[in-house]
Amino acid sequence: MALDNTPKRVFKVVGTRPPRPDGIDKVTGRALYGADVSAPGMLTAHILRSPHAHAEIVSIDTSAAEALPGVKAIVTAKDFAPQDDDFLMDVLDNCMARHKVLYDGQAVVAVAATTSAIAKAALKLIKVTYKALPHVTDVDAAMTLDAPVVQEGRSLETVPEGMSQNVTSHCEFGHGDLEAGFKKADVVVERSFTTAATHQGYIEPHACLASMTADGKADLWCCTQGQYNVRDLCSAALGIEGSQLRVTASEIGGGFGGKTTVFIEPVALALSCKAGRPVKIVMSRDEVFRATGPTVSSSIDVKIGMTRDGRITAGEAHLRYSGGAFPCGTVDMGAQAAFAAYDLQAVRTLGWNALTNRPKEAAYRAPGAPQAIYAVESVVDELCQQLGLDPLEVRLKNAARKGTRSSYGPTFEDIGLVATLEAAKAHPHYSAPLAEGQGRGLSAGFWFNFGGNTCVTLNVNTDGTVGVTEGNPDIGGSRAAISQMAAEELGIPYDKIRTIIADTSALGHNDVTDGSRVTFSVGLATIKAAQDAIARMCSRAAQIWGIDEEAVVWKDGAAEPAGPNAGKFPPMSLAEIAAVSFNTGGPIAGHHEFNADGAGVSFGVHLVDVEVDKETGATKVLRYTVFQDAGKAVHPSYVEGQMQGGAVQGIGWALNEEYIYGEDGRLQNPGFLDYRVPVASDLPPIETVILEIPNPGHPYGVRGVGETPIVPPLAALSNAVSRAIGTRMSSLPMSPPRILKALSKG
Amino acid sequence: MKSVHVSTTVNGDAVEFICEPDESLLDVLRNRLGLTGAKEGCGTGDCGACSVTLNGRLVCSCLVLGAEAEGAEVGTIEGLAKGDALHQLQQSFIDHAALQCGICTPGILVAAKALLEKNPDPTDTEVRYWLAGNLCRCTGYDKIIHAVQDAAQKMRSA
Repeated sequence: MALDNTPKRVFKVVGTRPPRPDGIDKVTGRALYGADVSAPGMLTAHILRSPHAHAEIVSIDTSAAEALPGVKAIVTAKDFAPQDDDFLMDVLDNCMARHKVLYDGQAVVAVAATTSAIAKAALKLIKVTYKALPHVTDVDAAMTLDAPVVQEGRSLETVPEGMSQNVTSHCEFGHGDLEAGFKKADVVVERSFTTAATHQGYIEPHACLASMTADGKADLWCCTQGQYNVRDLCSAALGIEGSQLRVTASEIGGGFGGKTTVFIEPVALALSCKAGRPVKIVMSRDEVFRATGPTVSSSIDVKIGMTRDGRITAGEAHLRYSGGAFPCGTVDMGAQAAFAAYDLQAVRTLGWNALTNRPKEAAYRAPGAPQAIYAVESVVDELCQQLGLDPLEVRLKNAARKGTRSSYGPTFEDIGLVATLEAAKAHPHYSAPLAEGQGRGLSAGFWFNFGGNTCVTLNVNTDGTVGVTEGNPDIGGSRAAISQMAAEELGIPYDKIRTIIADTSALGHNDVTDGSRVTFSVGLATIKAAQDAIARMCSRAAQIWGIDEEAVVWKDGAAEPAGPNAGKFPPMSLAEIAAVSFNTGGPIAGHHEFNADGAGVSFGVHLVDVEVDKETGATKVLRYTVFQDAGKAVHPSYVEGQMQGGAVQGIGWALNEEYIYGEDGRLQNPGFLDYRVPVASDLPPIETVILEIPNPGHPYGVRGVGETPIVPPLAALSNAVSRAIGTRMSSLPMSPPRILKALSKG
Repeated sequence: MKSVHVSTTVNGDAVEFICEPDESLLDVLRNRLGLTGAKEGCGTGDCGACSVTLNGRLVCSCLVLGAEAEGAEVGTIEGLAKGDALHQLQQSFIDHAALQCGICTPGILVAAKALLEKNPDPTDTEVRYWLAGNLCRCTGYDKIIHAVQDAAQKMRSA
């Protein structure tokens, strides 16, 4: 690759495709997920949820439910500690409504009973008196001055005077003279877009098993992307000390950002404390759709100017996002990401978040970026069409590269956008002929990636094997990647390593599995922990040989004298040093803790061919290719898996998936039959091309790869469909009814 | 409601249990027999995570009553491997990285085994349509199709 001038390290383990350590457990049904564990004396709990989009809770009468034989505990919002912190209070209000219900499906009362059937029967005996309030579910409607106010007094100081109280925050990014930029353009296209809220759609519903005693000691097993975060949120909610709550992350059946907060966990703990018995809660799919997840819904205006030869002269975007009934900062990330792929003289993005009577937004893979980049990439494509220019050449001409001042502020270091665009251009897919009625679309995509707080311990066992203890749930094969990096650094075989995920009492804090941070940050901490262990092993060898520590080096899994002057001793392998460790100072371990920086941004380019059935409005995806910079693909199969899985989630978002609300403000499609995620027969093979432009912030060059791939599909599909039908689409999803409507207008 | 006594066979072993008349086979397997390999992703037959075989026929166990297992032969993911020997499909799924989170994997393996018993040499399209009732949210299905075809090819030449 043209951009990569640094000498490449020769890897032995990194870059290979060994079997994942949890593979056999997962193909035999032995792996234990959130709902798979039970405890002696366990109760089962169910939750009563609001049937209203917006209502005041006048009264809650649980007396009949309490009298039902088998009912052991009932909790409402009153059973949780009030919070000074707004963020914590919002999380808790979302777990159990106080005073008002803010969306259809919000939790109101929970009942624990000896059986699931009794708990369900008890819910029917609870009398909640509501006073219905006017509601609003559309982001643009919510921003009008006469809209019903979802929550009062939640606007930050950033919000300009005179806006609806539903507008909670405002942000602005960019640089340069927009007016002058648009004047330089030969063509200016201005267009408005909407995207529907979508759900992460993990196949495993939220589930937990809680055991809490009256003295404030508690254990919690749950499916989560971050056990430490669960501990912090739950201990605050219950008013107990963090040290007394041990949270163990189960195997996790998908998360995609949606399991980075709590919903049922504080409720199960409170019920357990009250009942004096363990309590299990497993959400139904209906509950998952109505009360967890979704991403923001959005309404976006984009204006871009371009010269006849394809140079972008100015770009502007106005983004209105709604993260549901609670303040939400996702629009900031959309406003930062919108033009990240471009090197622009004049760019401005403005964002607003508005409250609506919808569930509280939870992160979904590159939160905020897919919507914004969809709108920008659609307008770029339309400009290319109007000017008769090749969309790949135009992107290459305007591509951000090393030294570009990004649209959101920082200047880029080594980035792989040009390399991915060049790879797409050279790929046979881009030049393959299209038949009549087919369309090809492309889009670039971007994600910031994140580092964050990380803590890893690496134990050298006396039999020459190594245990790595890390604190981030493995959501897509990260244990394999971390074992590979430990093996690489130590110079021992992959199968000598076992990586486990610690509970909150066994290891220091780790931020949640988000921001595509695990392979980068935990990997980096693992490398540093290995180096720490290596230093100790070198010291032990020096001690055995009677030479200075500094005179010992680590090579190919063994300590050896640094040179002939250091002494003449045969190398001592890790296993040999470990075997005698009890005689040389005791057990050997390495450790590293840090707040990781330098995650390295990631770019991708997607190419898609589609065919649209003009009678039914159905879109068939014919061919799909993903190009992405992974920095260094530690386990290429799982990098490809991220690229393929992200692309398909994006395809679902582009073509089918949406939260549909009725006039009554209730969600009309809370199930997989009506909220249709892509199935195997909807899809072609998803071809992948991994680029490796090393991230300067990681010794092996690793960049996060998990989020970027959901970003480009929205615009790639929209551009392909628009070209196939000859009408520019501007609303997602492009479900058959929307396409038929566009065709009848076109 | 009076509980029902059921005698059945699960993965070749004789099993007896008592269940409620309205209790699903999935709940019986998971909560009464300790076989938690089948997962509940939806409870409405839309996701296929609870796939098992009932007298050789692929079913969503969330849509079958426990009482219907009387005298039947139930096959679950726990019966796929023979002792420490993995079924070829299981090995191919590991070899081809055909799972990420793994929650859909048991259902997909049970479904794929049922396919290959009916059709040992399916086309990619046939595999995709057969597995259309099994949702996977992580992989985009690509590696799953490769893994099933790899297993099919190896099983044919075995």
